[in-house]
Amino acid sequence: MKGEGKSKQKLAVWKFASCDGCQLSLLDCEDEILAVSEAIEIANFPEATRRVLPGPYDLSLVEGSITSQHDAERIRQVRAESEYLITIGACATAGGIQALRNYRDVREMASVVYASPQYLDTLETSTAISDHVPVDFELRGCPVNKQQLLEVILAFLHRRKPNIATHSVCVECKLRGNVCVMTAHGTPCLGPVTQAGCGAICPAYDRGCYGCFGPMETPNTAALTAQWKAMGVSDPDILRAYRSFNGYAEAFKTEAEKHE
Amino acid sequence: MSEKEIRTIKVDYLARVEGEGAMHVKIKDGKVDDVKLKIFEPPRFFEAFLQGRRFEEAPDITARICGICPVAYQMSACHAMENGAGVRVEGAIRELRRLLYCGEWIESHGLHVFMLHAPDFLGYDSAIEMAKDHRELVQMGLRLKKIGNDIGIVLGGREIHPVNVKVGGFYKAPRKRDFLKLVEDLKWGIEAAEKTIQWCAGLPFPDFDQEYEFVSLRHPDEYPMSEGRIVSNHGLDIDVSEYEEHFEEEHVPYTNALHSVLKERGSYFVGPMARFNLNFDKLSPRAQAAAKAAGLDGQCLNPFKSIIVRAVELLYAFEEALRVLENYERPEVPAIEVDPSGKTGFGATEAPRGILYHRYGVLGNGDIRDAKIVPPTSQNQKTIERDLYRFVPQYIDLPDDELQWHCEQAIRNYDPCISCATHFLKIHREEVS
Repeated sequence: MKGEGKSKQKLAVWKFASCDGCQLSLLDCEDEILAVSEAIEIANFPEATRRVLPGPYDLSLVEGSITSQHDAERIRQVRAESEYLITIGACATAGGIQALRNYRDVREMASVVYASPQYLDTLETSTAISDHVPVDFELRGCPVNKQQLLEVILAFLHRRKPNIATHSVCVECKLRGNVCVMTAHGTPCLGPVTQAGCGAICPAYDRGCYGCFGPMETPNTAALTAQWKAMGVSDPDILRAYRSFNGYAEAFKTEAEKHE
Repeated sequence: MSEKEIRTIKVDYLARVEGEGAMHVKIKDGKVDDVKLKIFEPPRFFEAFLQGRRFEEAPDITARICGICPVAYQMSACHAMENGAGVRVEGAIRELRRLLYCGEWIESHGLHVFMLHAPDFLGYDSAIEMAKDHRELVQMGLRLKKIGNDIGIVLGGREIHPVNVKVGGFYKAPRKRDFLKLVEDLKWGIEAAEKTIQWCAGLPFPDFDQEYEFVSLRHPDEYPMSEGRIVSNHGLDIDVSEYEEHFEEEHVPYTNALHSVLKERGSYFVGPMARFNLNFDKLSPRAQAAAKAAGLDGQCLNPFKSIIVRAVELLYAFEEALRVLENYERPEVPAIEVDPSGKTGFGATEAPRGILYHRYGVLGNGDIRDAKIVPPTSQNQKTIERDLYRFVPQYIDLPDDELQWHCEQAIRNYDPCISCATHFLKIHREEVS
């Protein structure tokens, strides 16, 4: 098929330190992926295709966190080649679970996993993409919600703001008709301080939210912590709850430090 | 092309694999001199930061090692903790775990067969390009894959990093009616998987039968997923807890992934072909018949034909998922009590790409003292390199771009998951005269 008129906008998908799950979310859009590939030129997406078109790119989706000097340099190159740069997932937006290294001596950690850590190029910290380059939009989640990912791509194509709610998981629980697991079952839940987007799945499966979409806009972590303490949750457990998949997001990081 | 000429083939970033890697093939005097798979995916140190986390957190944290096979991590972690505690999950909860694993095999094999591997055989850069000429085929693959994901959504809450798995079972056991919609999909999937096997059998394959030591789980009653002894075609037959007595990991300078070897015999082969060759008798009669009709009479020694084996496992996974659903009765409790405090536990399950080993030492207060995780791709790395040593000479006269593509295909035979193995590919081909 040739002669489609104007040329399509070019999409690139980049990976840094991550599990691949967020970019896989795009391939998991089984009903939409072929239509997406018709609306936008998939110009650089190594997990899906060996064909690489040269930059610049109209939209870059960036997965993963910065954990090596090589990657700290590569993200600058990606930014330079991208008109819009959108980070996808907890690693790219907050450093990810691997940001747990930020509280440890990385050389000592390396020696736990690797017999010869001197071979490794690794930084002391795992940090968000926005700590290194300007980012146009951050999509949360560990992993991202694929419908939200499609919304972000669609919004970009139409040059409008993505319609992504910043309220808490509590709102999604009400929308879904979940019983509150804190009130009804006494289960500690991070839902009141965590951004919506997952569809409140944990409470729907009788467990407390574990914060994989990161802090909501203006979270009241102090109030939630007080409630958890009243329920008998220990400081080490509160610390671990905040210091997990989004533990290096500012609001969760600060709250966790109060329980060290 | 003269042998004296210096040829360099570079693939700095291997495509259609999960994660970041490169390959280096060095050709000296017209012969393969050195092959290196380089995994430059940065290390993430999971084993280190699991120290001090609660044992209950291991399934959710280790799931984040891999977005393609999170269920495998969750299952190996759960089994290890349960092993430490000296308890076993039985009955409907065990069946639900098998169903979730079927979902992951379907999702992962569907992705690999149709989106990552098939385009190589037909000369396309991607499934998206392939869809321009073979739309129905690609759409069938996408629907197959989606059904696997749908199992993950219904049972796990979501397809990537499911939230419903816990040590001891699940947070919530779905009602039988929650699965109703899946039944018709699974019946369609069985038919579609059978067509997939036939289609794969018609692909062009290079002659490349090799001798390997295949290693997989083996269970007396079933095709292996979460339980069994670790066996090989060279006489290995051990309990999961003996794994580290027989296998070791080497840290080599050019890669961020540790190489796993059998202490006595070196490289070995895990994954669908290993499972198939060691457990053919445990496949369903329909899957056995379809494999035989596709030319695989209980044995496959050509890694290029792993695409057929994956399709056979797709068929089996659809049949098995349907079996579980049809017999399902909701368990009275979704999980059993598990307390591995003060113990060491071992777990090995069959991830889509092969054996995934976990070992945890747990302190008396329930915190993780130490952890060891060996993913399938670490175990296959040396075998992939060995394949390239033997494969390249057959195609050494091809132009660089064709040779490169063949090498990439030889690597993709293993569905390498580099994100997992870091703890993969540039092709540099160097001719040294």
